Amino acid sequence: MKVLVAVKRVVDYNVKVRVAADNSGVDLTNVKMAMNPFCEIAVEEAVRLKEKGVATEIVAVAVGPKEAQEQIRTALALGADRGILVEAADAQPLAVAKLLKAIVDQEKPELVIMGKQAIDGDNNQTGQMLAALAGMGQGTFASEVNVADGSVKVTREIDGGLQTVDLKLPAVVTTDLRLNEPRYASLPNIMKAKKKPLDIKSPGDFGVDVSPLVKTLKVEPPAERQAGVKVADVAELVDKLKNEAKVI
Amino acid sequence: MSVLVYAEHDNASLKGVTLNTVAAAQKIGGDIVVLVAGSGCGAAAEAAAKIAGVSKVLVADDAAYAHQLAENVAELVAEVGKGYSHILAPATSIGKNFLPRVAALLDVQMISEISGVVNATTFQRPIYAGNAIATVESTQATNVMTVRGTAFDPVAAEGGSAAVEALSVAKDAGVSSFVGEELAKSDRPELTAAKIVVSGGRGMQNGDNFEMLYKVADKLGAAVGASRAAVDAGFVPNDMQVGQTGKIVAPQLYIAVGISGAIQHLAGMKDSKVIVAINKDEEAPIFQVADYGLVADLFEAVPELEKLV
Repeated sequence: MKVLVAVKRVVDYNVKVRVAADNSGVDLTNVKMAMNPFCEIAVEEAVRLKEKGVATEIVAVAVGPKEAQEQIRTALALGADRGILVEAADAQPLAVAKLLKAIVDQEKPELVIMGKQAIDGDNNQTGQMLAALAGMGQGTFASEVNVADGSVKVTREIDGGLQTVDLKLPAVVTTDLRLNEPRYASLPNIMKAKKKPLDIKSPGDFGVDVSPLVKTLKVEPPAERQAGVKVADVAELVDKLKNEAKVI
Repeated sequence: MSVLVYAEHDNASLKGVTLNTVAAAQKIGGDIVVLVAGSGCGAAAEAAAKIAGVSKVLVADDAAYAHQLAENVAELVAEVGKGYSHILAPATSIGKNFLPRVAALLDVQMISEISGVVNATTFQRPIYAGNAIATVESTQATNVMTVRGTAFDPVAAEGGSAAVEALSVAKDAGVSSFVGEELAKSDRPELTAAKIVVSGGRGMQNGDNFEMLYKVADKLGAAVGASRAAVDAGFVPNDMQVGQTGKIVAPQLYIAVGISGAIQHLAGMKDSKVIVAINKDEEAPIFQVADYGLVADLFEAVPELEKLV
């Protein structure tokens, strides 16, 4: 079966971001970019399905700026077969979901795997929205995925523990951190990935309007915490908590 | 203006986070209607009718909603929600699962995890793991939003007397089914609602050592959390994880034991009123946000702490 994997280019998760001086957003000049960590897990899961003989072809899709080609090449180096980039910087989740829906209509994958959230916008929406638009079942926050007999069993991380659901294929699965441990791309695979096909499209090709429906008025740093004190021992700590902070 | 609030419950009782979500609805203003969807959820609906400030409770009681499957619940909420100016759900694993689906069905862009209400069309929400706060404006006909419970003080659970109205809408999308669930059992308070949270990280070294934290927690009436490192190492189950990808907590007191304080962990706890860090590495980033820091070996400090509290 064909598997579609969506990947996003985001600020590297180790970078401590700074708010731009004019409060228009986050300062992204000269900041290291990378594939969103949850998307790496999605690619890894697709590659494992291929290694098990369940998946026959993996298509990696990104919606983003021109530079997002790098993240598609990374997915290709990890084992995806070909890539599609829709060039649209700053598209909001609903627009991304509509673009992915158009690609799903065209490619007809049986399974779409994507991350549960991107670590820049922290929205946690796109997979659910795609599933709604395509009329598919959704297995969000997946920590285990088993494909068998035209359906997929997904074990999901929920607030109180784990829940397992059974979805008819085609379906959308969004990955949680514990689904797998992503591999690293080897140098020969990175070289080979350069020769794999990568289609470049624009939102207009799919008739999707990507203008924002929710406008960002300003972005500010969070309130700073006051500097704390170091205590010498446990007795002093307990004393401060009881008599100064009065929290115990 | 009219606000539809999706109630979180276990059929028998309401989850506390519903009260925080109603509080956000009150800041928006207008008529507040609570929707209770489940199976055999009459008791939860009665509890919802008593919430202060609620004008009406709608109940959709059907087997299709028994396990809050997103496919079925989203169709219900999208149909019931038409005509409301705002649709709110708590930003829990249930709300995050079905609400984006509702937004897509209504063809609107959703706003996730609001932490502030400026006015009926302008909201605040954290982005980049809480390292920036965005103020966003929506002029859509329906504003679909999840609410970060810890950012709003709960309204009173008693005092209201809303009318309860049964809905006879059974939506079964027919694409998903519930197989089973494994819930972690705990007698301690729920992590996201606890007034005190004691969390352990990689420094705990193994799962057995968490016993020390449980003992302290039991004396303080606290919940026990963990960093991602502790969960990944298998010390404790994943539903104890505090952070960007786990639970967001904002207790009166947060005690971080053997936790270095990575950006992703801080995203889940830095709105706590008082933060205490116990770590033997005095360079650990957790000390930059801690109100009280103790540089010490946790294996000596934690048992002593248990004795003294």
